[in-house]
Amino acid sequence: MILKSRIQTGSESFRANRAAHLALLGTVAGAAAQAAAGGGDKAMSRHVARGKMAPRDRVANLLDPGSPFLEIGAMAAHGLYDGAAPCAGVIAGIGRIHGQEVMVLCNDATVKGGTYYPMTVKKHLRAQEIAEECALPCVYLVDSGGANLPNQDEVFPDRDHFGRIFYNQARMSAKGIPQIAVVMGSCTAGGAYVPAMSDVTIIVKDQGTIFLAGPPLVKAATGEVVTAEDLGGGDVHTRLSGVADYLAEDDAHALALARRAVRHLNRAKPATVQWQSVEDPAYDPEEILGVVPGDLRTPYDIREVIARVVDGSRFDEFKPRFGETLVTGFAHVMGCPVGIIANNGVLFSEAAVKGAHFVELCSQRNIPLVFLQNITGFMVGRKYENEGIARHGAKMVTAVATTNVPKITMLVGGSFGAGNYGMAGRAYSPRFLWTWPNSRISVMGGEQAAGVLATVKRDALDRAGTDWSAEDEAAFKRPTIEMFETQSHPLYATARLWDDGIIDPRRTRQTLALSLSAALCAPIEPTRFGVFRM
Amino acid sequence: MFQKILIANRGEIACRIIATARRLGVATVAVYSEADAQSRHVALADAAVPIGGPAPRDSYLRGDAIIAAARATGAQAIHPGYGFLSENPDFVDAVTAAGLVFIGPSASAIRAMGLKDAAKRLMSAAGVPVVPGYHGDNQDPEHLAGAADTIGYPVLIKAVAGGGGKGMRRVTRPADFADALASAKGEAATAFGNDAVLIEKYVEKPRHIEVQVFGDGTDAVHLFERDCSLQRRHQKVIEEAPAPGMPAEMRAAMGEAAVRAARAIGYSGAGTIEFIVDASDGLRPDRFWFMEMNTRLQVEHPVTEAITGVDLVEWQLRVAAGEPLPLRQDQLSITGHAFEARLYAEDVPAGFLPATGRLAHLAFPAGCRADTGVRSGDAISPWYDPMIAKIIVHGPTRAVALNQLAQALAQTQVAGTTTNLAFLGALARHPGFAAGDVDTGLIERDLPSLTRTPDPSPQILAAALLASADLPADPLAGFTLWAPLARSLAITRGDTVTEGTLRLTPAPQITLAGETLTPRLPVVKAAGQIHVFDHGTCFSFTPQDPLDRASSAGAAGNATLSPMPGLVKAVFVSAGQAVAEGDRLAILEAMKMEHTLTAARDGVVAEVLVEPGAQVEAGAALILLEDAA
Repeated sequence: MILKSRIQTGSESFRANRAAHLALLGTVAGAAAQAAAGGGDKAMSRHVARGKMAPRDRVANLLDPGSPFLEIGAMAAHGLYDGAAPCAGVIAGIGRIHGQEVMVLCNDATVKGGTYYPMTVKKHLRAQEIAEECALPCVYLVDSGGANLPNQDEVFPDRDHFGRIFYNQARMSAKGIPQIAVVMGSCTAGGAYVPAMSDVTIIVKDQGTIFLAGPPLVKAATGEVVTAEDLGGGDVHTRLSGVADYLAEDDAHALALARRAVRHLNRAKPATVQWQSVEDPAYDPEEILGVVPGDLRTPYDIREVIARVVDGSRFDEFKPRFGETLVTGFAHVMGCPVGIIANNGVLFSEAAVKGAHFVELCSQRNIPLVFLQNITGFMVGRKYENEGIARHGAKMVTAVATTNVPKITMLVGGSFGAGNYGMAGRAYSPRFLWTWPNSRISVMGGEQAAGVLATVKRDALDRAGTDWSAEDEAAFKRPTIEMFETQSHPLYATARLWDDGIIDPRRTRQTLALSLSAALCAPIEPTRFGVFRM
Repeated sequence: MFQKILIANRGEIACRIIATARRLGVATVAVYSEADAQSRHVALADAAVPIGGPAPRDSYLRGDAIIAAARATGAQAIHPGYGFLSENPDFVDAVTAAGLVFIGPSASAIRAMGLKDAAKRLMSAAGVPVVPGYHGDNQDPEHLAGAADTIGYPVLIKAVAGGGGKGMRRVTRPADFADALASAKGEAATAFGNDAVLIEKYVEKPRHIEVQVFGDGTDAVHLFERDCSLQRRHQKVIEEAPAPGMPAEMRAAMGEAAVRAARAIGYSGAGTIEFIVDASDGLRPDRFWFMEMNTRLQVEHPVTEAITGVDLVEWQLRVAAGEPLPLRQDQLSITGHAFEARLYAEDVPAGFLPATGRLAHLAFPAGCRADTGVRSGDAISPWYDPMIAKIIVHGPTRAVALNQLAQALAQTQVAGTTTNLAFLGALARHPGFAAGDVDTGLIERDLPSLTRTPDPSPQILAAALLASADLPADPLAGFTLWAPLARSLAITRGDTVTEGTLRLTPAPQITLAGETLTPRLPVVKAAGQIHVFDHGTCFSFTPQDPLDRASSAGAAGNATLSPMPGLVKAVFVSAGQAVAEGDRLAILEAMKMEHTLTAARDGVVAEVLVEPGAQVEAGAALILLEDAA
């Protein structure tokens, strides 16, 4: 059924909404541009003066001309480390080489020599996680000094720290997910294991180096004086050590060799879903900005968004008359069949049960799930607790947690409390989680949190018989409100990799399509659900 | 009307005849040489018969084989097209003797016009003006020189049996006459087997204006004139009808003269009377002279068809089938103006040398008539005339038609062989030509500007770079969450490499030497090449293979090491000797094999560390290289 929009695109509220979204987008685009600039003009000109390609150009030239590039964590580490690590010092994302989707990881040597900050490690591991879940070949464009020493305690020792990178390489290789490294700069100490652990390694002549210890450390340890090139340059590694397999003349040649390596992988996308031909939505995705209120507290019909995302604006809604605060139904996104689960208000028991039902349906049919998350939480109050909303909510959470069909989550508004769980928040391992610039994420709203804390304090003061003026209470609440305001901001969230990136809402459709396409590079395993509390 | 005819020709004219025959419900039989088995005219015909080898004398000039093919296929008549056997009276006799109809004039009419001096005498007798000249049999050089003096210099020496400019010489002063005569006679003897020449007055600002006539053996009409003055070395380049600036009085005079000429020989079928016109004082009724008659359908007949609305091939078939002339003179009139440009596979900058090659791509714009015998993928064979097509336009006025011609030429796309397309385009935009100020010397005078080959413009390079990207037809092409990526691209043209970057915004943009362009020009990719078309010029590029690099794949170290334990059998170099990569340095005998050790790179031998007979360990350094000073 083709959705019918009730939006007046000429209305005052449409214009106001649009203006609000454009302002938010401006902020995010600024952050994106800052991240894309890497270590800045000076560092970049030094880098290029050495005959190296700029990191983003390396990515571009590795990929097919015209390849889409679904960047992961484009604004990671935004505002962290005093802004020292734009883009977390590593570019990650999914693109195509000879038509095959691959995960690209490219160190940015203009950012502190490409060293690994904690967020660099987290981003690298997240990209590998996506690659492993989606069975995407990995191409590592290595140009890194290894761990960032001042941050070594947050980079080296723990399970999800530096060593996990090589663990992942070994595990992926074991699963038949190709690992290809192109050494385009330093590859020191632990970093040496990226090429060493790869299936195929290419190194750039007079530029790439691989060694466990660099010349200064060698001199300190054994007194041997040796140049970096003789210690672990391209000639050494392709002729003597065999650590690398191909010697490239320069960056462009190295990337061409990597492209050739991917060409010979002999991989095909598994048969999973029935693709259809692509059809534009009947309503212009541009209108999303005017459709969605700028203020999260203003309710709107999520179908207005769905109409601007799915093929032909066709949406076969499931159970439309039951549990109406959760909209479920079938549609296609750029030809890919999807089951959409979208919030249209607070979650009640019926809505949660309906959601669980719908997840079961999609799991049975191997249909990927798309969550359009805008949720303040499950309904609270005696009536709802007594009818067992926790039990019903648990059904939805169980279904979402245990289904094996790919899940893609788009945070289009609020993500608060347990609603986040039922709607495939980060903890529920959606294949991808994207956010809009207007989104907010926290355990509860700032006002509510401050209210809870104030109530606890007031109770204590009451017990002590002390007075608490309204001004004092407001002053008490303010820091909490402000903290929540800061911490729930999408840039704060994406800087910490709670998601895979902030997107332009007008590109929701393409982002979903590329996410789905990547997710469907892996076969869909049969689902076995956990116990549903009845 | 015939039920089936055979076309004793190839290329565009065979295809053009088939088109009319098909429209009239007449079945067609093509004949073809070995070189033409896959050609367009064979594909278009209802039946096709092989008649021999690629050389014309082994196929298209073999009258017996052609007549046999006609009999075998049940064709009732033979259309000769132009060239080949079209003006061969013996062939006409043979066709007639075989009980078939020759679609064209009688053998006697052809004979009457075949020898130019005899034809001129005949015409002169019929009251048709002829150029002052000597057309006599006395071929004594002294006598001919005397005749030239009588006529007055400059004069033209022409082969009696000639055509196509062969055996033709212009002489401006008596001193050069003897040499020119000898060379003209030599050429004529080679080309026609007849070294007889005639001498004519050379007209200073000559225009070549010809009149189309059509006879049915008794009566004749004319279909007005064509102007073929735009020539290069006597080869027509662009023809038009009617002639620009033609006064009605002169048109009538020329038409009447042409009809008189046709009637004088009882002409049947389509023919052309060529006149030379002295345009030094504009066009005047007393300044045209009979040159020769072409007793066949002309290459440039389409311009006459365009302005008269007559299908000349249809008339040929109907008259040959016994019908009277389809229209009377007073039923014929001129509508608008038409041009024809001859598109040739020829290398203009190299002096209009005929070119060959496979047409990787061939496309004509809508709105013009393109008569062609080739398609994309066909070869331009060295065996035949390298004409690719005739491009014909028809507009209400000369100015409009000329614009149409320039447009049609600019939008014509030919890749895979060099052509004269850009030259034709330059001619179509030539101000003198536009003003109607044409004479046969125009091209020679302005040759440098007409044949200039431009360097590819940034737009052309951008279009080629974009094509090299092989962008997928994908709605997600170039998608990025934020800023677009910049992809480097490189193409080569000869030794020149052009690099640029591609951004999809989502419209493709190419940045080239600091300039960002949105490519717009039409591009065709064929056989690994990228062809960009701009104003009739095809610029071809090859995408650069990023893997095609002079790679230091081998060892670049200084030491040549012993690959295994063995005995040094021989050393071929000594210290100070320069060596190139791959040069033999020494031979090592090991494991019953002789291993040749070669230089890993260019350099100079710094030191030879072993002597023949030495036993060495694996990894022992044998010879050291250093970089040349």
